[in-house]
Amino acid sequence: MKDLPDSAERRANLKGLGCARKRVEDARFTQGKGNYVDDIKLPGMLFGDFVRSPYAHARVKSIDASAALALPGVVAVLTAKDLEPLGLHWMPTLAGDKQMVLADGKVLFQGQEVAFVVATDRYIAADAVELVEVDYEDLPVVVDPFKAQEPDAPVLREDLAGVTEGAHGPRRHHNHIFTWEQGDAEGATAAIDGSEVIAEETIYYHRTHPCPLETCGCVASMDKVNGKLTVWGTFQAPHVVRTVASLLSGIDEHNIRVVSPDIGGGFGNKVGVYPGYVCSIVATIVTGKPVKWVEDRMENLMATAFARDYWMKGRIGATRDGRITGLHAHVTADHGAFDACADPTKFPAGFFHICTGSYDIPVAYCAVDGVYTNKAPGGVAYRCSFRVTEAAYFIERMIEILAIRLGMDAAELRRINFIRKDQFPYISALGWEYDSGDYHTAWDKALKAVDYEGLRREQAERVEAFRRGETRKLLGIGLTHFTEIVGAGPVKNCDILGMGMFDSCEIRIHPTGSAIARLGTISQGQGHATTFAQILASETGIPADKITIEEGDTDTAPYGLGTYGSRSTPVAGAATAMAGRKIRAKAQMIAAYLLEVHDDDLEWDVDRFAVKGAPERFKTMAEIAYAAYNQAIPGLEPGLEAVSYYDPPNMTYPFGAYICVMEIDVDTGEWQVRQFYALDDCGTRINPMIIEGQVHGGLTEALAIAMGQEIAYDDMGNVRTGTLMDFFLPTAWETPNYQTDWTETPSPHHPIGAKGVGESPNVGGVPAFSNAVHDAFRAFGLTQTHMPHDHWRIWRTARDLGLHG
Amino acid sequence: MIPARFDYHRPDSVAAAVGLLQQHGDEARVVAGGHSLIPMMKLRMAAPAHLVDLQGIAALRGIEAGERIRIGAMVTQSEMIAHAGLAEAAPILAEAARQIADPQVRNLGTVGGNVANGDPGNDLPALMLCLDATFTLEGPEGVREVAARGFYEAPYVTAREEEEILTAVGFDRPARGFAYEKQKRKIGDYATAAAAVLIGAEGGRVVSASVAMTNVADVPVFSAAAGEALVSTDCAADAVAAAVAAMQGDIDPVEDNRGPVEFKRHVAGVILTRAIARAWSRA
Repeated sequence: MKDLPDSAERRANLKGLGCARKRVEDARFTQGKGNYVDDIKLPGMLFGDFVRSPYAHARVKSIDASAALALPGVVAVLTAKDLEPLGLHWMPTLAGDKQMVLADGKVLFQGQEVAFVVATDRYIAADAVELVEVDYEDLPVVVDPFKAQEPDAPVLREDLAGVTEGAHGPRRHHNHIFTWEQGDAEGATAAIDGSEVIAEETIYYHRTHPCPLETCGCVASMDKVNGKLTVWGTFQAPHVVRTVASLLSGIDEHNIRVVSPDIGGGFGNKVGVYPGYVCSIVATIVTGKPVKWVEDRMENLMATAFARDYWMKGRIGATRDGRITGLHAHVTADHGAFDACADPTKFPAGFFHICTGSYDIPVAYCAVDGVYTNKAPGGVAYRCSFRVTEAAYFIERMIEILAIRLGMDAAELRRINFIRKDQFPYISALGWEYDSGDYHTAWDKALKAVDYEGLRREQAERVEAFRRGETRKLLGIGLTHFTEIVGAGPVKNCDILGMGMFDSCEIRIHPTGSAIARLGTISQGQGHATTFAQILASETGIPADKITIEEGDTDTAPYGLGTYGSRSTPVAGAATAMAGRKIRAKAQMIAAYLLEVHDDDLEWDVDRFAVKGAPERFKTMAEIAYAAYNQAIPGLEPGLEAVSYYDPPNMTYPFGAYICVMEIDVDTGEWQVRQFYALDDCGTRINPMIIEGQVHGGLTEALAIAMGQEIAYDDMGNVRTGTLMDFFLPTAWETPNYQTDWTETPSPHHPIGAKGVGESPNVGGVPAFSNAVHDAFRAFGLTQTHMPHDHWRIWRTARDLGLHG
Repeated sequence: MIPARFDYHRPDSVAAAVGLLQQHGDEARVVAGGHSLIPMMKLRMAAPAHLVDLQGIAALRGIEAGERIRIGAMVTQSEMIAHAGLAEAAPILAEAARQIADPQVRNLGTVGGNVANGDPGNDLPALMLCLDATFTLEGPEGVREVAARGFYEAPYVTAREEEEILTAVGFDRPARGFAYEKQKRKIGDYATAAAAVLIGAEGGRVVSASVAMTNVADVPVFSAAAGEALVSTDCAADAVAAAVAAMQGDIDPVEDNRGPVEFKRHVAGVILTRAIARAWSRA
């Protein structure tokens, strides 16, 4: 219908889709009134703390806890021997492997959990940890995934002796986990071999860590009277944790309540199940008292899930004029001591096969070999969809290297090979169906915004000035056009431990026209309480300010698979819209009854149903809600509630064009980001301010990863970057100014066309920063130098190119 | 990150603090701003049974900025930055202090703690060597003055006796040309290398020069030879190169996550070159 004179004003009052509504969460967070796991205090609560291995590989000959147990206040010291009768000394991982909860005969990485001390306060627990005597016999350490595959490499996983069939097919070596392939190996090789130009390079994406501000922890409390176990924890997927806890413990699922309170960032680090959770649950069952476990920063960096650690060997072919002919990728994936990757079950390398990126590549192949080493387990999606940052970094580096081989401008090479707008929906060579995109429009907008040609002229002048000895600074222009794949995912091929990756929303409209909606997801800072209310406001006509969003309590929220992989908006956001539409459908019937017309004679107008052709005859949603509770309407149940479980028909494919301009000091390796332009297309934009915040945060993490953040090990398997002194977490000082922009290409299959954005800036940001470093040295012959680009590595690059004279 | 058990003392005079140190011997440690000691205790690399907090001692505060400058040990880095008299008399102090960590740290971190801890990564020790400062130590035997240039013996080992407290630093009003130049990976990090330079000039020639370096050896480094290489020159390229070469003969960096030795030596040279240029431009 045509808008009535006051429609726009009423629409604005809703604060629905597209409104830069302020985050409702911030009132409590900015006043220090959040409620995090470590804020939870229960009467009689005990504290757990771990004895951890100082060795990366050692046999545990004996554990003597007698001195610890003699310390007043120590209640228990759990070891693998205590957990074994319960069958809990090992636990299944999300990747089909199993993992020691407490060291069972040996340790396989530095920081591994060996014993769990339970005491009446955390100081006594920490004192007791020092009193537990563990007798180790050190074993040969292997931290290099290539050396791990040599015939005489040390056997890490003795528990797998003789196991030749893993969760993802045959194992061909005692430290080999799986080989996973996708695409046409022979076809890709033939296409590349026959190409006029071939680029070949190994790209390492180093091991890093999500490092959320709040570390992992939980409070487990067993009520022995009613048999109910409650676990508050830093869980990105509380419902899955409940199911896993039930399967592991044998406690009926209805007797387990899992609560994720406020979470201080997750970024993938809080998806998995950690020994601390299992030990806390065992300890509360044994003692009958609540048990809290919260890890410290060093434990978080050393022992909980890392990200990346992919050695990616690439070959790409092209015609002389720049048409890509084929792509071949082989990855050696260092998974650490246990395969605890958080990926959908059927995808041991996540969605790495999005590695054809934004380009129309006729034939492609990728293979991933997972390998055990003496490092911490993990391999989570650190602010990205499963292995998508690795894939985006790989293809965006290969494009740059191909441009060098072709002697071509890298922006033009991208433009030549982009999937065209008219090709969507586009089936990639590795089997994905890209839902929508308009890459050329985004790319041209980005290049124009930064005056790309002007930058190239300035860069050329800078190179000449450098050669004349007039400056010691080089200028790098880092280009990226990334395509994400998010919103896992269709239940037919995506599951976590057998649970289909749908998500859910349940809405109750109150009689006075306000509402509460509960979802199966859980915000860790994404602002769900703000944005999901906006979706509902637009769908139901109830102002966002009158809608409470609640997540994270499995006793009240509908089942969902949680928040990671930018899946909340694509999946739970869709469920929210669909549930809102169910509300509206019932509201239409109520309005028809109240207005004494047929349902079909009504039309929706922002916040009301009005009679077609007689807009002065209407019932607002508030009026309808009241009627739902106080009128006996023939043929209709009282009340106004709806539930939707949404199984997405496809993934969504956000994309973006990022350009980074960086100054590099060749003498000290210092760098400065002069300009960073980020254009994101995340489909329908729910809240532009939250999108901008997400982009700023993701870019800053990308900056960290590209420019210095790593989990580094020495040859003995000691973690060299276990504190924030060495692990780069940028502050406001290091963070550059960001210039954000957008195009809007809605997803055709999502109810409101939204695609998700939380992770795009990390996926696109890492190659943009890294490409800027590489590009600065292109004129001097550099093709590839591995991240992180910290001062000394940049200095080494300059030295190796002879730039220090 | 949970420290071992300790008793906390908050004396209101230096004499009382010294008394506590005498009473508890090597089981006691003084704490000033706590930015070195508290993390060490949380890591259980230090576990003093008695912590003697100097925050309650008024006599350790205060700045005198005349021809002779005296700064109480408990003056914070923020107070040093904000002090108008110091900004006029010895602006190198604020320039260096602004490069220490972040405002929260500088609001608690003290001059005395920074120089007395003996950590080669701290910024103020090299600055004190450059200024040819003296440290005032007060202990059971009374008060004594020790030259900064003779104070640092090994990492965390200094000329201060266990029962002494560093109460103040003092130095003469420095030469006009100054610079503190620091390369670090990020806010809150130790220097990859840092250089403190003071230059006095007359008639376009250097009449006095003092050079000291941070975090390029296991103690802060005063390079007398680097200063000498600049005296009587006009700080042209060859003189600066000679100073850098002299400095590089005095340092002994070790490899860590900031980079290998070769890189650090190179950076130390670049940083000193920049510091000399800036100091000379102000001389």
